[in-house]
Amino acid sequence: MSGTGLEIRGLTKRFGGLVAVNRFDLAVAPGEIVGLIGPNGAGKTTVFHLVAGFHGPSEGLIHFDGVSLVGLKPHAICRHGLARTFQLVQPFAGLTTLENVMVGAFNRVGDVAKARVRAAEIVDFVGLGPRRDTPARHLTLADRKRLEVARGLATEPRLLLLDEVMSGLNPTEIEAIIGLIRRIHSRGVSLLIIEHVMRAILALSHRLVVLHHGEKIAEGPPAAVARDPRVIEAYLGEAVEETR
Amino acid sequence: MGARVLLALGLAALVAVPPLLPKYALEVLISILFFGYLGACWNILGGYGGQFSFGHAAFFGIGAYTSTLLLLHWNVSPWLGMLAGGALATAFGLFAGYLSFRYGLRGPYFSLVTLAFAEMLRVVAVNWKAVGSSLGLVVPNRGSAPAMFLFAEKLPYYYVIFVMALGAVWITRVIERSRMGYALAAVRENEDAAEAAGVDALSTKLRAMAASSFLTALGGTFYAQYFAYIDPSLTFGPAISIGGLLPAIVGGAGTVAGPLLGSFVLTPISEVTRALLRGRAGADIMLYGLILILVISFLPNGLVGWLRSRRPGAERAA
Repeated sequence: MSGTGLEIRGLTKRFGGLVAVNRFDLAVAPGEIVGLIGPNGAGKTTVFHLVAGFHGPSEGLIHFDGVSLVGLKPHAICRHGLARTFQLVQPFAGLTTLENVMVGAFNRVGDVAKARVRAAEIVDFVGLGPRRDTPARHLTLADRKRLEVARGLATEPRLLLLDEVMSGLNPTEIEAIIGLIRRIHSRGVSLLIIEHVMRAILALSHRLVVLHHGEKIAEGPPAAVARDPRVIEAYLGEAVEETR
Repeated sequence: MGARVLLALGLAALVAVPPLLPKYALEVLISILFFGYLGACWNILGGYGGQFSFGHAAFFGIGAYTSTLLLLHWNVSPWLGMLAGGALATAFGLFAGYLSFRYGLRGPYFSLVTLAFAEMLRVVAVNWKAVGSSLGLVVPNRGSAPAMFLFAEKLPYYYVIFVMALGAVWITRVIERSRMGYALAAVRENEDAAEAAGVDALSTKLRAMAASSFLTALGGTFYAQYFAYIDPSLTFGPAISIGGLLPAIVGGAGTVAGPLLGSFVLTPISEVTRALLRGRAGADIMLYGLILILVISFLPNGLVGWLRSRRPGAERAA
């Protein structure tokens, strides 16, 4: 079962005449943290939608730990050990923090009492302990981002896709999320992260992949990718300045 | 603690008081429980699952017609016939549900499709001679025959619908506290997020549909036996669909007690307005519509939501 990680080959998605993702290759090995970056509209979120089963690819292969994910529904992909968060947070607004996470926990635990215990553990782990019984609609944006992560984590994924969990957060909150991501990684979860906060993605990623107009234009160690002239030309210019 | 005592007292009163009531009051009470029951059935799919069916009359009518036809043609006891009706209604519910959910009909589109399914069955019943067409079917009066779901008095019917309503509420409570309840709530709140969290939205909705349609059909058989007469518009008409969803929404969709509470408030209002506005056809329906608009505007979480929000320190209310 476990072993090969995520493998994407020749992934293409067309929406009518628009090619959102074009012959994209990507691998995420077990234990790896890969950053997926690129300008707005580069196709990053589309890649997530394709991998998590929200869209069907026009062409290409998506394998995760030896199983093809193409054609599987999102819940089946989640049960197979691949969870995602949403860029625009999607909490179950009427449910409490704990109940939100319990929904995820039911993937691995059938029993309600056990799911509650499991979910409570994860709520504490992401630092939402004090907000446990608060309805999700009353959470701050930073807490909702944590809730997204907690709900994904509760499904016990081997690979977690994080879609801009830091956007809209202040520097203190970003530091806290970086710490959280490191702790998630140390639990043995591999991560594929879309992020615009360059400082964070450079610090976290083992490897960076750059998407531009739906195509991969660079891949490699974060420092090397950040210096790549093609990448800078595509969009990184100002962001790289920021990191100095 | 106080709530428990109140509940026990209320239940005791509902068991002990009816024999003492005059006939009209008993009929109103039967009506209250009947619409409360329909509300509870609708609530499983509509309230917990957020799938607002406007066509539960389809299941109700299938239940009423199945048990009555089995009785008329093969002398099958409606107690058994109601299970057959429930099974048929479930099959129809799964069929209609699969078509709707599989092709991603959500929100108002789902509501419209369910309305269309119920209307379709009504038109079929109107034009089908073998099921009595628009003349309907009469359940023969054989005096008191408990084994055939026939009673000479109103009181036994009262206890039947009392047990049915209690049963529906109990089933709702069991579902709410199970894994299924969480899955339904997740689907209601956000279907994409539910799928991403590993909830099989299609199967969750279909299971709720199955429970909801089965129970609604049992209500159809009760109706047929109680009134001893059914016709297409009484059983498949929108009045029944609305009669189920209204108490649930007014009382509190997605709450255990909501539908019954809603019916205890709405049904007497409907009785009074019907008596007051007698002769002005449709006036009571207009008043009903007005109440629905007011409730949705000012009590979006129904009476139960409103009561909870008044309880001090109840943050979950919202």
